[in-house]
Amino acid sequence: MEHNEPKEPSPVPDRTFIYVWIALLCLTGLTIKAAQLRMGAWSMVANIAIASTKASLVFWFFMHLKYEKMVLKLLLLAPIITITIIIGMTFFDIWYR
Amino acid sequence: MIETAHNDPRDYTGAKLGMWFFLFTEILLFGGMFLLYAVYREKFTGDFHAAGMEMNIGLGAVNTLILLTSSLTMVLAISAIKRNERNRSLMLQAATIVLGAVFLVNKYFEWAGHIRRGFYPDSAELLAMGHGKVLFFGLYYVMTGIHGIHVLIGISVIGFMLALTARGSISGGDYIKLENAGLFWHLVDVIWIYLFPLFYLIL
Repeated sequence: MEHNEPKEPSPVPDRTFIYVWIALLCLTGLTIKAAQLRMGAWSMVANIAIASTKASLVFWFFMHLKYEKMVLKLLLLAPIITITIIIGMTFFDIWYR
Repeated sequence: MIETAHNDPRDYTGAKLGMWFFLFTEILLFGGMFLLYAVYREKFTGDFHAAGMEMNIGLGAVNTLILLTSSLTMVLAISAIKRNERNRSLMLQAATIVLGAVFLVNKYFEWAGHIRRGFYPDSAELLAMGHGKVLFFGLYYVMTGIHGIHVLIGISVIGFMLALTARGSISGGDYIKLENAGLFWHLVDVIWIYLFPLFYLIL
């Protein structure tokens, strides 16, 4: 028997999303604290890392990426790797010109 | 009509693929602007720190919380319609819209404050302050401005989805439109997640 494409394995309980939201709020507080510690360049590194963690949570849970097919997860890597290379390579230029 | 087995022509993953591809282009759009920010912050570190002092961390933090909560209400709205809880979904979609609107109102007050103090593109005060500060505020207005336009578009799209949900076009059996609207809204949130530390937390 041919299958319909399965809608989703099983519904995600609201509770999960609320936990993710609480984690996001905590990370927001953390990032403000990290900045207030005034660690100079390290504050920025910490803030970017925390922001990336928050973004990952939004992509993984809120945007359902966890429950999507692998091909979609891999496709997302394309723009992320692209922009990382663009910014990274530009800095190789900026720093050593 | 007797049907033993039929292929549902709807492709659940494919139906979202178009929106995901569009989001990839959005990542590159804002990514390009973040590149500008990164380079100019490296070149004018002192000026960026000084200009960053003008930012109101409290307001930025409140706006961050607003968008994070709006992402929650959006995803809960989708869960609700999947369970055919139409009224709950309608309320959550409305909440998302309200939160988005409050975000924009906050932005209005924020920009008004900056403009009143002379920090706007091509102002005499700003030009007298040197390249770094001019660049910081230029990037600030452009990036938060384009982000704000996306918030407005998101609000309109969700408003449209709200109408469709009320009408029954979006239901427990057909909710892809709402999911796609949600994907757009979450990306708007993700962009702000990066904008907040880069503009407000330079201390």
